[in-house]
Amino acid sequence: MKMGRKSASFVRLTLSYLVLIAIAVCAVYPALWVVLSSLRPGTSLFSTSLIPETFTLDHYKELFTNPSFRYGVWYLNTLKIATLTMIFSTILTTLSMYALSRFRFRGRKNTLTVMLVLGMFPGFMSMIAIFIFLLQLNLLDTHAALIIVYSAGSVLGGFVVKGFYDTIPRSLDEAARIDGASHLQVFIKIMLPLSRPMLTYVALTTFTGAWVDFIFAKLVLRSKENWTLAVGMWDLVNSYQNSNFTLFAAGAVLIAIPITLLFVFLQRFLVQGLTSGASKG
Amino acid sequence: MNRHRSTAAILSVLFMGLGQLYNRQFMKGLILIAVEAAALVYFIPNLGKALWGVVTLGEKTQGLEKVGRIMVRVDGDHSVNLLISGLITLLVLAVFIIIYVMNIRDAYRNGKLRDQGVAAPDFQKTWAHVTDKNFPHLMLAIPALGVLFLTIMPIIFMIMLAFTNYASPNHIPPKSLVDWVGFETFANLLTLKTWSRTFFGVFSWTIIWAVIATVTTYFGGMLVALLIESKGVRFKKLWRTLFIIPYAIPQLISLLVMRNLFNGQFGPVNQYLGYFGLGKLPWLTDPFWAKVTVILVNMWVGIPVSMVLILGVLTAIPKDLYEAADVDGATGFQKFKIITVPFILFSTAPILIMQFAGNINNFNVIFLLTNGDPVKGDYQFAGSTDLLVTWLYKLTLNNSQFNMASAIGIVIFLIVASFSIWNYRRSRSFKEEDMIQ
Repeated sequence: MKMGRKSASFVRLTLSYLVLIAIAVCAVYPALWVVLSSLRPGTSLFSTSLIPETFTLDHYKELFTNPSFRYGVWYLNTLKIATLTMIFSTILTTLSMYALSRFRFRGRKNTLTVMLVLGMFPGFMSMIAIFIFLLQLNLLDTHAALIIVYSAGSVLGGFVVKGFYDTIPRSLDEAARIDGASHLQVFIKIMLPLSRPMLTYVALTTFTGAWVDFIFAKLVLRSKENWTLAVGMWDLVNSYQNSNFTLFAAGAVLIAIPITLLFVFLQRFLVQGLTSGASKG
Repeated sequence: MNRHRSTAAILSVLFMGLGQLYNRQFMKGLILIAVEAAALVYFIPNLGKALWGVVTLGEKTQGLEKVGRIMVRVDGDHSVNLLISGLITLLVLAVFIIIYVMNIRDAYRNGKLRDQGVAAPDFQKTWAHVTDKNFPHLMLAIPALGVLFLTIMPIIFMIMLAFTNYASPNHIPPKSLVDWVGFETFANLLTLKTWSRTFFGVFSWTIIWAVIATVTTYFGGMLVALLIESKGVRFKKLWRTLFIIPYAIPQLISLLVMRNLFNGQFGPVNQYLGYFGLGKLPWLTDPFWAKVTVILVNMWVGIPVSMVLILGVLTAIPKDLYEAADVDGATGFQKFKIITVPFILFSTAPILIMQFAGNINNFNVIFLLTNGDPVKGDYQFAGSTDLLVTWLYKLTLNNSQFNMASAIGIVIFLIVASFSIWNYRRSRSFKEEDMIQ
């Protein structure tokens, strides 16, 4: 009897491990494949083996030296846009969601409902209108336009942040108010230190959002030296995907690396962000 | 005795800031006067044109005119620009009217204070009041302006477009004018054979896709989470990190890579099928297999998210529930069925519905992987795997069918909104958001 149970659990464990390994292979394989492809000599998509016989860094070199790509410039552009978007969105979202979570004022419930409803229109329906609006403000082909539009848009996705502030007991800020702190002081001295996981979550999602957006960025950024990585990548795909797959792979790896590393290292915060949204609905 | 309040209010009605000056709030009064002056400078040349533009959408077509003895091309009205700039002006007007009303109320309130024998607060006190009592309004003002012009204005514009005939080839400014046509676009979408066939085809695939995509990723994620958390499995953290990788890679990259992996001719997937002695599959080129591919790849992208969510829920299940079940002699499977599954379902139900709504609008997976292809002959500008949202994208950016695209956008909105609002209204956070405090 005891033996039977032990061997049954042994079988179960082995099966579990087999399934886990199979899933792990599926999860990692595409990433591994594209990294190895980027190190393979030649240009073709087809190769006889996963691991190339010789390794080369030529494709990476070409990205930075070939005059028809401005990979270095694009990288800096993207870094600038994503960082500024991250800063502005985080400030705007946390402050406004703090206000919505903590204060009871007329029209508050309506504001929340309107936010929810606006978030449900398909995004690029608004692209034509925003395009003409930017044209009238003379902001086309500027990075400022992207930063403004991304930051303004991020507020609508702030429900997770509001849900987070809802869970912080109000007695904390009331005590500080009695001690004579202003609202802004309460926010900076008490709320911000408590909301570190949420700040990380917002910062991370807005940063990646700006990093990978190619639809809107392609519409706004006209000249090649203003492009972001995602736009350049899109161009690379359209013109080289079939003729020069390994070059495409190298570009893909370079774009993905910072985001992937950020996600893996900050996954604790990510999990908190996602689940706090879940339990609050 | 109510001399001051009515005088101040009337003065402020006449011109912003006068009432404040009368109440001896000089700083505030001067600022308000400057605001109204700026508004007058802006509105006097623009407002009439804005109203005319929105109502008529332009009257003069681009054409040739005889100037002296030669023909000269004369620019006509650009209907779409007229519509947008008109909208912007009207929104600025709305903001201005709000400020104006606030100005009158403020003059009235401070006049009342003076009637009661109290001096109206000076600028410093006013500022302190604003940052204290009106703190939420102050904090929400800038985001609200951004949302007004970058989200609400475009949405109103889009809704209006659905009621025009703005479409290629006959009504594209600046070559020709656009007109209001009422509900004609919606009628065409539902009754014209070419449009309605595409619409109902794409619509039903969108719903089928959203159901399958949500169910597969949700239960896939649950399975993976339970496997990681099951008794005896070691290296839990390692597994979790490995499985989170698909989520961590930007979709722009991973989906384009997938497109190559599933390439029918040279892609590795078909290559491996060959090693097992199986034939090549038309992963992206056959209508049926393309749908299968999209769902498979979506599982790869979406399972990690569900996994993360459900792992979080699993740790929140109170341990004493299981202990109580042990005392009652429940088997592992019974505990799973009676405690684990209901708990997960209960706490993730709202997320499940949101994911369903999100899948209806899942632009990335379709657009980057198949681009809606393979082409379907009897569809109007759409392919076999196109969702409503990717069809809309093609109609707007490739085919200039703006009015039809807007009508479809409204349909998508109605579907998604009905789900989300129903979900939101019944969620705990809306009903009981004050419970925690």
